[in-house]
Amino acid sequence: MTDADVDRAAAAAIGAAAARAAVDDHALEASWHDRPGWLGFFTTVDHKRLGIRYIVTSFVFFFAAGAQALLMRTQLATAEADVVAPEAFNELFTMHGTTMIFLFNTPVLAGFANYLLPLHLGTRDLAFPRLNAFSYWVFLFSGLFLYAGYLIDAPPDAGWFAYVPLADRDYSPGVGLELWALAVVFVGISTTAGAINFIVTIFKLRAPGMTFNRMPLFAWSVLAMAVMVIFAVPAVTLSAALLAADRLFDTAFFHPGRGGSVLLYQHLFWFWGHPEVYILMLPAVGMASTIIGVFSRQRFVGYLWAAAAFVAIAFISFGVWIHHMFTTGVPDLAMAVFSAASLIIVIPSGVLYATWIATMINGRVELATPMLFMGGFLVILLLGGVTGAMVSVMPFDWQAHDSYFIVAHLHYVLNGGVVFPIFGALYYWWPKMTGRLFAARTAKLSFWTMFVGFNLTFFPMHVLGLLGMPRRVYTYREGLGWETLNTLATIGGFLFGAGALLTVAVLGQSRRRGEPAPANPWGADTLEWAAASPPPEYNFAAIPLVRSRHPLWDAAPLELAGDGEAAHGVDRTGALARATPVLSGMETEPEGELAIPRPSWRPVAVALAIAMVFVGLLIEAVVVGAAAAIAVLVGVVAWAWYTGDDLE
Amino acid sequence: MSGLLARRPIPARPETAPRTYPPGWWGMAVAIATEAMLFAGLLSSYFFVRAISPAWPQGGIEGPHLDRTIAFTVVLLGSTVPMVIAERAARAGKMRRLRRALAATTLLGVAFVVNQGFEFAELSFRPGDNAYASLFVAITGLHGAHVVAGLLMLGVCQVKVWTGRVTAARHEIVRLVAMYWHFVDVVWVAVFTSLYVSVA
Repeated sequence: MTDADVDRAAAAAIGAAAARAAVDDHALEASWHDRPGWLGFFTTVDHKRLGIRYIVTSFVFFFAAGAQALLMRTQLATAEADVVAPEAFNELFTMHGTTMIFLFNTPVLAGFANYLLPLHLGTRDLAFPRLNAFSYWVFLFSGLFLYAGYLIDAPPDAGWFAYVPLADRDYSPGVGLELWALAVVFVGISTTAGAINFIVTIFKLRAPGMTFNRMPLFAWSVLAMAVMVIFAVPAVTLSAALLAADRLFDTAFFHPGRGGSVLLYQHLFWFWGHPEVYILMLPAVGMASTIIGVFSRQRFVGYLWAAAAFVAIAFISFGVWIHHMFTTGVPDLAMAVFSAASLIIVIPSGVLYATWIATMINGRVELATPMLFMGGFLVILLLGGVTGAMVSVMPFDWQAHDSYFIVAHLHYVLNGGVVFPIFGALYYWWPKMTGRLFAARTAKLSFWTMFVGFNLTFFPMHVLGLLGMPRRVYTYREGLGWETLNTLATIGGFLFGAGALLTVAVLGQSRRRGEPAPANPWGADTLEWAAASPPPEYNFAAIPLVRSRHPLWDAAPLELAGDGEAAHGVDRTGALARATPVLSGMETEPEGELAIPRPSWRPVAVALAIAMVFVGLLIEAVVVGAAAAIAVLVGVVAWAWYTGDDLE
Repeated sequence: MSGLLARRPIPARPETAPRTYPPGWWGMAVAIATEAMLFAGLLSSYFFVRAISPAWPQGGIEGPHLDRTIAFTVVLLGSTVPMVIAERAARAGKMRRLRRALAATTLLGVAFVVNQGFEFAELSFRPGDNAYASLFVAITGLHGAHVVAGLLMLGVCQVKVWTGRVTAARHEIVRLVAMYWHFVDVVWVAVFTSLYVSVA
């Protein structure tokens, strides 16, 4: 739609409002409310409830993985300690890595995308709300499936990447690795379903006037991330599924003795593995860009550069995976090409830094709690990027590979580049999600504790790596000169954990006794701050008409809901009918409406049936697996029966 | 519903109406993209293992017989024709033609799957014998599973047509099933070329 169209629509809406009865809040409620209690809990399709649920569940896994980390740090604080047995130590680093990547970082960002995307885009839910609910339940069940390993005394212990031949039945008997492999395939279903939802929502449900050029940067980052998921996740699904097949059905994909290839596993795994870290980084960076803009009180400088950088990173990240395999003996030419690509990807990351710094310089930075976390993010990610450039260079990587230098690098980029923005985002959107403010002073203390703790933990690891300390060792000899640095790292680890727990305390206190939050406590510019805190189930009674990149800064006040003049919103009838407008991708021309499904059992039922299929495979019980597979088919047909034009 | 967000009125000749790409279409397109990557990964694995193998197929296994597979390839790819006819019929509101075309597509698809079943049973090797065997079974098996899923979709679609839930105005499901079915055909071309033709 051109701006002239938007203005015409606004004029028509104002005219229509005079003849229209006031919005019936009771009728709106009736259209949108979930069923009460546990029934509502299992059947909701509301993206906000599901988004919060994703975030809460992910944080439970975060603290589990954190506990695993602190156990490792306790064992490593002194030389030749025997706090943790060697076998248990292997389980710890395996579960820590697997949990952090698959069960915390990926889903928590999906949770934020879930919650924010419809609000940012000015619509009432994601494109496929039942699929969204299904994604959450699959995530939960896959996490429980993996952690069942502790209950049956078989947690996986071959590393978070489970390389063959170690991960094969010959060298890792027992069910732990089957559990790992099946859990990875299982959780991939959730990630993929989420990505489909985000892409279609961004393409078809943006508010009138919100062309791609006006879309919030967070939405751009989610789009880039989701496209990466579509093309990357199948590779890890394959690596894990073929590993499971080798173990369960005695196939020969990765058995050199029977014509298979061990390297094939690594190729498949890292073809996903590298894009995965950018899948994590991009939404985090999208949130960081949002928050930096708001607290610089400045329209984001270099919006198009940033969006282009997201897309460039998404592309290039598929061309660098061999840098995880520099020491495997792949041909020199291949390594040279991938080394070059790994250096090239520094460029768009640098461009992003330029946009953030330019935004801050051109504005007036306000160090609210979320902005502090972004400051921490900027510093830590920078260091992580520098060490990343270092390990892109083959000869250096040959020395640093599998040493603590890499542990330092990966935590600087993942913890600094992803976790710090997540905590900042949590504080930033907390008032919107819960309708409560939090105690800023203690919140800022939580930042400083985490920041100091983080650097104390991981900076010494650069030195440890260069001194020769390998990864994944459960102890080390005295007299190597490693002990002091390890002790410091352990102290830092506990400090970081304390900071994270302090965050929980601050937010818990806010939940119980925080002051009620206004709609826009931060004075921000994106559409979610026009809705109440927390927003009603339908988000917007009237869909906003968007004329700029910063709607709330350019058209204040933005009258959207309630009985006021519909000067800036349309389609109240859609809200009453539990529907949201569908608009064309490029021009946001109206194309009809999307009926939002009513709360349904089908998503959780199908997710449960799929879980039973995996259980059947795990315990090698054909009857269980087959019966569950039939249940899945029945469930899917029942679900798909009511779809599109034909919703119950 | 009037005003800004009314549906576009359906023109007199439905088959010439401008085609939009509604959310369902995009959902299916993206799902197809990710499934395609699954096959791309498996076929890449096939060629990777092949490149490092002194002999192919491995273990002295005889290459697959072309004749029967060519015949049923024609059957599967031929099912594109009734599928396209079905989609056109749905847009034009010609329900009887739609029902017949969907039935024809299903029949051809079933024939393909049944033959695949027989071919599996008659394989001269077991999946675990070597990597070639594992890859062959995995790739053709995964494709077969996708065809079965497609037949399921065709079944659901046909029940909806017979019970009047699909009309000239509301036939999105036919378009989505057609997209998936064409995808399954294209994958078979890639599988057939890689596993059958290139070892002949």
